[in-house]
Amino acid sequence: MADQLILEWLLALLQTLLFAAGAPLFAGWVKRLKCGLQNRRGPSLLQPYRDLWKLMRKQVVLAEEASPLFRAAPYVVFAATALAASTIPLIAVHLPTGAIADVIVLVGFLGLARFFMALAAMDVGTAFGGMGASREMTVSSLAEPAMLMAIFTLTMTAHSTNLSHAMDQLIADGLVLRPSFMFALMGLLLVALAECGRIPVDNPATHLELTMIHEAMLLEYSGRHLALMEWAAQLKLAIYAVLIANIFIPWGVATRLTPDYLAMGLLAIVAKLALLGMALALAETVLAKMRLFRVPAFLNLAFLLALLGMLSHVILEVGA
Amino acid sequence: MSFADLALPEQAVLILAALVLFTSFALLAQTRIVSSINVFAWQGALVAAATALVAFVYAQHHLYFSALMTFALKALLIPTMLHRLVVRLKITREIETVVNPALVLLGAAGLVVFSYYVALPVERLSTLATRNTIAVSMAVVLLGMLMMVARHQAVTQVVGFMSMENGLFFAAVVSTHGMPLVVELGIAFDVLVASVLFGVFFFQIRESFESLDVDRLNRLAEREESGGDEAS
Amino acid sequence: MLPVHVAVLCSFLSAFAALGANRHPALLARLAFPLLGLAGLAAAYAGLDTLLHGRVLTLVLPLGLPWLHWQMYLDPLAGVFLAIIGTVLVAVSLYGPGYVREYRPKRDSLAALGGFTGLFVVGMLLVVVAGDAFMFMVAWELMSLSSYFLVAFQHEHAANRRAAFLYLLMAHAGGLLILFAYGVLAAHAGGFSFAAMRAASIPAPWASVAFALAFVGFGMKAGLVPLHAWLPEAHPVAPSHVSALMSGVMLKVAVYGFVRVAFDLLGHQIQAGWGISALLVGSITALLGVLYASVQSDLKRLLAYSSIENVGMIFIALGLALLFLGTGHATLGYLALVAGLYHACNHALFKGLLFLGAGAVLQQSHERDLERMGGLLRRMPWTGLMMLVGCLSIASLPPFNGFVSEWLTLQAALQGVVLDNGVLRILVPIAAAMLALTAALAAATFVKAYGVAFLGQPRGRHVRHAREADRGMRGAMALLALLCLALGVLPTWFIGLLDAVPRSLFGTGLPFAVAEGWLWLTPSGAARASYSAPLVLLAIGLAWLVAWLVLHPHRGQAVRRGAPWDCGFGPLNSRMQYTAAAFAMPIRRIFRPVWRIDEQLERTVDSASGRVTGLRHSLTIGDRAWTLLYEPLGRWVLLAARRVSRMQTGNIRGYLAYSFFTLLFLLWLIS
Repeated sequence: MADQLILEWLLALLQTLLFAAGAPLFAGWVKRLKCGLQNRRGPSLLQPYRDLWKLMRKQVVLAEEASPLFRAAPYVVFAATALAASTIPLIAVHLPTGAIADVIVLVGFLGLARFFMALAAMDVGTAFGGMGASREMTVSSLAEPAMLMAIFTLTMTAHSTNLSHAMDQLIADGLVLRPSFMFALMGLLLVALAECGRIPVDNPATHLELTMIHEAMLLEYSGRHLALMEWAAQLKLAIYAVLIANIFIPWGVATRLTPDYLAMGLLAIVAKLALLGMALALAETVLAKMRLFRVPAFLNLAFLLALLGMLSHVILEVGA
Repeated sequence: MSFADLALPEQAVLILAALVLFTSFALLAQTRIVSSINVFAWQGALVAAATALVAFVYAQHHLYFSALMTFALKALLIPTMLHRLVVRLKITREIETVVNPALVLLGAAGLVVFSYYVALPVERLSTLATRNTIAVSMAVVLLGMLMMVARHQAVTQVVGFMSMENGLFFAAVVSTHGMPLVVELGIAFDVLVASVLFGVFFFQIRESFESLDVDRLNRLAEREESGGDEAS
Repeated sequence: MLPVHVAVLCSFLSAFAALGANRHPALLARLAFPLLGLAGLAAAYAGLDTLLHGRVLTLVLPLGLPWLHWQMYLDPLAGVFLAIIGTVLVAVSLYGPGYVREYRPKRDSLAALGGFTGLFVVGMLLVVVAGDAFMFMVAWELMSLSSYFLVAFQHEHAANRRAAFLYLLMAHAGGLLILFAYGVLAAHAGGFSFAAMRAASIPAPWASVAFALAFVGFGMKAGLVPLHAWLPEAHPVAPSHVSALMSGVMLKVAVYGFVRVAFDLLGHQIQAGWGISALLVGSITALLGVLYASVQSDLKRLLAYSSIENVGMIFIALGLALLFLGTGHATLGYLALVAGLYHACNHALFKGLLFLGAGAVLQQSHERDLERMGGLLRRMPWTGLMMLVGCLSIASLPPFNGFVSEWLTLQAALQGVVLDNGVLRILVPIAAAMLALTAALAAATFVKAYGVAFLGQPRGRHVRHAREADRGMRGAMALLALLCLALGVLPTWFIGLLDAVPRSLFGTGLPFAVAEGWLWLTPSGAARASYSAPLVLLAIGLAWLVAWLVLHPHRGQAVRRGAPWDCGFGPLNSRMQYTAAAFAMPIRRIFRPVWRIDEQLERTVDSASGRVTGLRHSLTIGDRAWTLLYEPLGRWVLLAARRVSRMQTGNIRGYLAYSFFTLLFLLWLIS
């Protein structure tokens, strides 16, 4: 019994490390696909790793007025994001990290990371930092109700906010076409685009400061601090992708901790992420970036979809 | 019996019903006239598909004919007519300002909750697996009426009227497996004639007021009162 | 009961001791505040002791009217609020001596400050332990009156006098409604004691009337929208430690009154409709409170509006509790009640901390306006650190305490699916989504407040020369900050304490909440949801440590300092930073109909060259409740008063006629 527990914790740790290690690969995959769609030759899939490695070895240049909070923030941001990643079932469902924090706590961790990022942006006393912080906090506060409503819809069906238990329930139910899930998926996709700073809300590849939301908060960072912040952003994108993939298409995730199930789980998540990456690259190529004050309409649409999902659940699915 | 126990086609009917509701919301939020006609066409197609699925699940073969008729009429014929009308009126590029779209959409959500509340006793009486969609179909009717109230472009008001009829038809299909064929044919031809007449009226309105904004119709009252010295 | 007597006595003594403070200012620091601290310790001890043992104590005092003696009643519910009062009081007593040094005895009356603070605390303590309506109302009046004098402390400014008058007016209007509520209850119970009211069976319509009166009365004191207008006026103008007491403690005493009436006195006949109204009003209050807070530039006003938001969040939880209890889902009701009480405790702690920090900033920089602050973290590092803890807690972020109460409320709301009424099943998730929106906007607000005040570069002269606050002030803030962390990391222990409240009120508590051990918080069972705050803290610490160890260069490669990126335009100055108004601009634009915004931009154009040589931007943001509710109400009252004043004819024969007709009427009555 005790060594089963130790095995589970070890697997949970390994899963988290795999998550953190695989996130730059996912970002690289999306970038390469985007380049392909735009008829350019994209960088290699391992380029994000090379970038992170280069940044980690570079010297840190700090602004003169930067306070200790500025230096501590990248660590807090990365730690919170990694912790959020550890609670999501990536390969196996029954891991104990799911009991430490449920999906609402996951949102809380991402909120903690965002809070420190915004504070660090305001720390240096430039206009860009304040602008990035202000925009990021506004966009995220509008995305929160949509995200929570989508999560509510999911948890009302699965009767649990614990992601492991919820996925168990969904896998046990089999193939069910739920209107509430359809809407919640659409809503979550829009929220994920907004929270991860992708087109149409924010352009991750922009160099024009006035068009930045996420990048503006990182303008003053360099060296290993920048590496941590970039890695945390890639990890956040991976978190949303894995969450969407594993909640709405839960088959393939290992329900038992045996090597063949785990291998199947790994293959399944890689396949799902590959497909989601294609969808993301397509969306980023087809859509244009919106101006900032159109983003509330975008997020209202996300909230409306999530609300419709919840309404569908109560009206159509309960007492069916 | 929980949702997961329903058969896959029945779940598909519920999904289509939810998508029809979504198109009603989309109609409310659309500002471009051409796009709203396209969304209306999609709504018709979805209603036809749902009808065909209900026909398949419950082996009600006459519903296949209704589905075909709905598809031909609501998804193909009437949208084509409206498109041609829009081209002749030369308003293809016109955009209508929806005043405070967030409030309208919130009101629409409230209407959905209200129709759910009203439909609860009816749903309890029905024994069909699709009975939950009665509330959805009632909501589609109410949202169509809300669209007629909220918009001031004549063409979009007509689209709202048509989507009301979509909702009525859908309600009949899911609550009682369709209306008698005679009634259906009658309603379908009524709608067809109505759209022809609307076309004629639009030209008249445009000639009198130089625009299709129905809010300008209240100038008729002014003319009666002032009796001659109106500013047009 | 002895610690409560000690607490009340010490507060009285502190008030008396402060009377001599005009001659000997040291009396305040040496005697009055330590006595308050003692009172706080005694109150906290009494509260915690009651919670630990789940005891109910009663006592009849020889005070009051001869046939209507005052009764004291100390049960776990009172214990929670005693503990709140005591803890914040201890912090304020540590903070006070350093803070009141800025008040000069010639200009400000230190005796009034100390005296009325003591009486204020006495009032609050007696309200919480009152066992009958008479003692409750007397103590309530004492609390309101003494806080009026504290709000009007710096009465040289007309704005302060106006704020104090508004506060007094609304406190008394609320008090009158509470009196009526007790009147309804007492009429049916045949007596004024809470025991009689609890035992009486009141017909349902009258119970609703009593609930409505109590809801509006206590809500007015707690700051529910639209009865909140006094809060953002009164809290900023009082001295900061008094603001901490008012925002942190007095609002909770109003919440206590509401819980006492709704859950205890009317506890056996709770109706679902009460829960719905509390839920709706709470949601609107929370959302409007945070929206108003997000656009404020005055730090203390921002904190006051944020208190309104948090009171709304408490009422959301309490409304959910009433709803569940009224529809027969008892365990969920207890969960929501515990969530509401937890949030009350949390808010007292972090709002007290934030107000004390704002007071430290005010004392050192003489600034309340965010637009003139900046860079305070390097000049006041400890205050900055404590304020960071406060901001993290109020933004509901793990692993601090604000997150736990929000998590519990959301867990309770998520179980709204068990309700029978379909419309309620839809409304509860929507209210929860509004709660999420509120929490996210609160995070944005406090990023703004902390970022503009403590980070960046100083925007004003005084701020540039600010120094760290003194030891007592720092100690007080550290105490509250540590408690914030403790309540966030050990929620199981605290819920075990709070569980005594539903157990004493209703008989059973929360069986699952701590069933898995001290490490796991499982409010409805482990299968539904679980949260392990200590492990989260450990994990964050571990991840930080690992990242730091791996990445921190051991070769002694020093960090290079340089200038921040300025786009090539030249050196940056503090005017180029984002201001508080700029930070809130997107929110202001998106939610524009919520406020009454008056924004002016004046350009000075040089007539010869046509270039703009000067820009002047002014922004005034007003509360819509004034134009929609208070001004029309004021106009009607004045109109009615004018009509009635026609009775005063000034004609002596008229007055004789009044007396004549009254005499005739009375004679007729007697016969």
